Amino acid sequence: MNVETPVELLKPADYASDQEVRWCPGCGDYAIIKGVHNTLADLQIPLEKLVFFSGIGCAARFPYYMASYGFHTIHGRAPALATGAKLANPDLDIWVVMGDGDALSIGGNHTMHAIRRNVDLNLLLFNNEIYGLTKGQYSPTSQLGTRSPSTPQGSVDSPLNALSLALGAGARFVARTFDTNLKHMPIVLKAAHAHKGASLVEIIQNCIVYNDGVFDGWTGKSVVADNSITVENGQPLIFGKERNKGLAKSDDGFGIQVVTIGENGVTEADILVHDETNKILAMMLADMNQPDFPVALGVLYNNPGKPYDEAVHEQLAEVRAANPPGTLNEMLRKGRTWTIAEGE
Amino acid sequence: MATNVVPPDHEGRKALDSVVIRFAGDSGDGMQLTGTQFTQSTALMGNDLATFPDFPAEIRAPAGTTFGVSAFQINFASFDIQTPGDDPDVLVAMNPAALKVHLKDVPKGGTVILNTDAFSDRNIARAGYTANPLKDGTLDNYVLVAIEINKLTNAAVADIGVSSKEATRCKNFWALGLMCWMYDRDRQPTVEWVNQRFGKLPKIAEANIAAMNAGHAYGETVEMPSGIEAYVVPRAKVMPGTYRAVTGTEAAAWGLVAGAKKAGLELFLGSYPITPASALLHTLTNLKPYGVTTFQAEDEIAAVCSAIGASYTGKLGITSSSGPGIALKTEAIGLAFITELPLVVVNSQRGGPSTGLPTKTEQSDLYQAVYGRNADSPLPVVASATPGDCYETAIEAVRIAVKYMTPVMFLTDGYLANAAEPWEIPDADAIAEFPVEFRTETEGFHPYLRDEKTLARNWAVPGTPGLMHRLGGIEKDYDSGHISYDSDNHHRMTKIRAAKVDGIANDIPAQKVAAGEDKGSLAVVGWGSTFGAINQAVGRCIKDGVRVSHIHIRHIWPMPANLGELLSQFDQVIVPEMNNGQLVNVLRAKYLVPAESITQITGQPFKVSTLEREIRSRVKG
Repeated sequence: MNVETPVELLKPADYASDQEVRWCPGCGDYAIIKGVHNTLADLQIPLEKLVFFSGIGCAARFPYYMASYGFHTIHGRAPALATGAKLANPDLDIWVVMGDGDALSIGGNHTMHAIRRNVDLNLLLFNNEIYGLTKGQYSPTSQLGTRSPSTPQGSVDSPLNALSLALGAGARFVARTFDTNLKHMPIVLKAAHAHKGASLVEIIQNCIVYNDGVFDGWTGKSVVADNSITVENGQPLIFGKERNKGLAKSDDGFGIQVVTIGENGVTEADILVHDETNKILAMMLADMNQPDFPVALGVLYNNPGKPYDEAVHEQLAEVRAANPPGTLNEMLRKGRTWTIAEGE
Repeated sequence: MATNVVPPDHEGRKALDSVVIRFAGDSGDGMQLTGTQFTQSTALMGNDLATFPDFPAEIRAPAGTTFGVSAFQINFASFDIQTPGDDPDVLVAMNPAALKVHLKDVPKGGTVILNTDAFSDRNIARAGYTANPLKDGTLDNYVLVAIEINKLTNAAVADIGVSSKEATRCKNFWALGLMCWMYDRDRQPTVEWVNQRFGKLPKIAEANIAAMNAGHAYGETVEMPSGIEAYVVPRAKVMPGTYRAVTGTEAAAWGLVAGAKKAGLELFLGSYPITPASALLHTLTNLKPYGVTTFQAEDEIAAVCSAIGASYTGKLGITSSSGPGIALKTEAIGLAFITELPLVVVNSQRGGPSTGLPTKTEQSDLYQAVYGRNADSPLPVVASATPGDCYETAIEAVRIAVKYMTPVMFLTDGYLANAAEPWEIPDADAIAEFPVEFRTETEGFHPYLRDEKTLARNWAVPGTPGLMHRLGGIEKDYDSGHISYDSDNHHRMTKIRAAKVDGIANDIPAQKVAAGEDKGSLAVVGWGSTFGAINQAVGRCIKDGVRVSHIHIRHIWPMPANLGELLSQFDQVIVPEMNNGQLVNVLRAKYLVPAESITQITGQPFKVSTLEREIRSRVKG
């Protein structure tokens, strides 16, 4: 049976369906779904209001494992279905689960437009830099030189940076976290949920079968502190095991650079303070990559604007207030008509 | 507003039963507007009428070229007519290119009205004439009315204070005025329309009205060549009732809104601009007060997906496009089919394949509608016969979609979308409601629980407590709605989905003949917008004692349960289609009838005379 009974206070486990999870053992998706369950339980979102849309790919099986409403759609199109659903019923709490091929390759257009329209959707992009479900082809986010069944000599095309693309498309909320970062993930997801409008969260995810360890260089326990930076609004952009590295303006003033506090006269006052409404800064943070920079985690940009669904409904309400709907017969008779009388 | 028809002044006018006029000019000359205004006046005069707008794909093709010619044909009569007419009695040609393209359709002795100001050496050469057709005998066999329309228009508006360019642009209204004089049309509706349209540009409005009045006055005062006089086409005898002029696009939009209302649902249209379907998006977005939301998506795929998303939440999802756009939507339509969500897919067919002839009409997407998806995914398909019929067909499409929880293909075409006819406005209350009941009962629920009779699954929408479930494109278990890769289950689900659609055959009207007897020598079977031409051709033959019948199929899939039996009552079956033979093969495959195909793939509607010839060559009266 496919029926769940609502309970008084929802626990993380209440958000899980009774279906057996079929991801590969050790897949990063297990950690992500746990993070989502925890987040939803913290927010106490009623199951009946919650809808998970997905496209195609390993990540797209996500809705089947959720106890909420869910719709496993077609490759790349989940944001488009979710847009229709949100416009049709703005009361729904809609989440969209996408993979990197799903969101950025076949569905790139829909991702871009859901973001630019600022539809109130929580867009979760599981980025494992590989096509998993089709057995390991390189994806639009795979690093240059990725060897895969379709690129046996290594890929020769440049990867896409999901958050830079989103900011370029006019995103008002972008954030990044990674699968095993269990404490951090709910913080980011809650911020995404609180943001009204399109919220894009890139969740870096390890594919244990086809791309294992590709993020180890900065997510590994021993390196994560030095090779990533978790940003927080209003806090200085400091990172490193010793908390002595930071991001400062570049010497030409047009960019950022990594500096070490206490070296070359650098003090904490030289370190930039994160301002999540500063788009230029967000774009620089989103672009940062190994080995020259730490990978930025957290809410890089959060600058709300009017959600599309809200604007659409405001306009509908205005038009309907100014033109009260008549009956169907009135609709059919509006405009120029003529009458032929009996016997004419 | 209801306008009472003022009896026309018959004094000194020669009465005609019917007239076919074709307005033709550059695509920037305003021929569609002229035709539309003439149509409105004609409808208000109480004539029956049918129109055929025929315009190029280019918005403003280079001036004076033959490929930039835009035309509008209207057939109006004192009796019941069904087509825009075969050949024009009168051609109004605003430039040499229009003459070049359309003169061949005017029968010898027909009237040709020309704007001689447009016949410069350059324009004549541009149209592909090697000599001036006004002087080389080209027009010897026609009644020619050669008028300096530009000059007369400019003179008429000289005192109003518009630029000379603006003045010249009024020439279509001058021509309209002349035709209003010739056929005794009331100019007042056009005056009202102009004042409304150019309300913020009073000088432009004044100039257009002055030009029209000048054209009218010209007719009244100038001595016309022999063979031309003032005519009257008496009003047609039509059933009492309230009428309006309607295009297929308007009727379809109202039908979709009415269908949604009858189902108790709000309407959501997801659409992407494409010719000739865009007009439906424009029309529906102006019906927002009637529970309509429209969404112009980023592409055709997003358009259909947004509609499916809306249906999923309990709205009536609709998407509208033309053949190439429908092709893009195909995968998503399959999703709606397997998740068994209601969806109406409107296809305003156009010439194809690929971009084909985007502004010309064709009915070549029947295969696409019936068969055009991967895997076993039969869809109900309905098609409209006339502009007014789009209303009823739309309601039927909605009824089937919500009652059977399935996407429905609703076929119109470029001709139906743009053509106008007088329409007796139906009583919307006379149509039975078919209210949707969403599932709310949690006991015993799973998403693929089926109604025993219709086989439709129950519809539970997000937001309903206790009915949380997951839909998706993966095959589902018959008994639980969970994912299932079980082979026997897939067999069973495929069969049940097909049986559900097949069962609709028992829920639609039995097939009747549209003309003639229900057995005989020859059945002419048609579908879609060929209705008028076939019906008229068959009707004329029957009058002459030919044993022929007309069968018009509205439900293309599934077909009415008695259709095979009906077809078997005829010695011969012919199927005229504006494609290379599609319905004919569906009939042959389904009923093993030796149906014969009559094809015309010119982007133009069938002529009645063509079909009459085909009938008479097979059956003697």
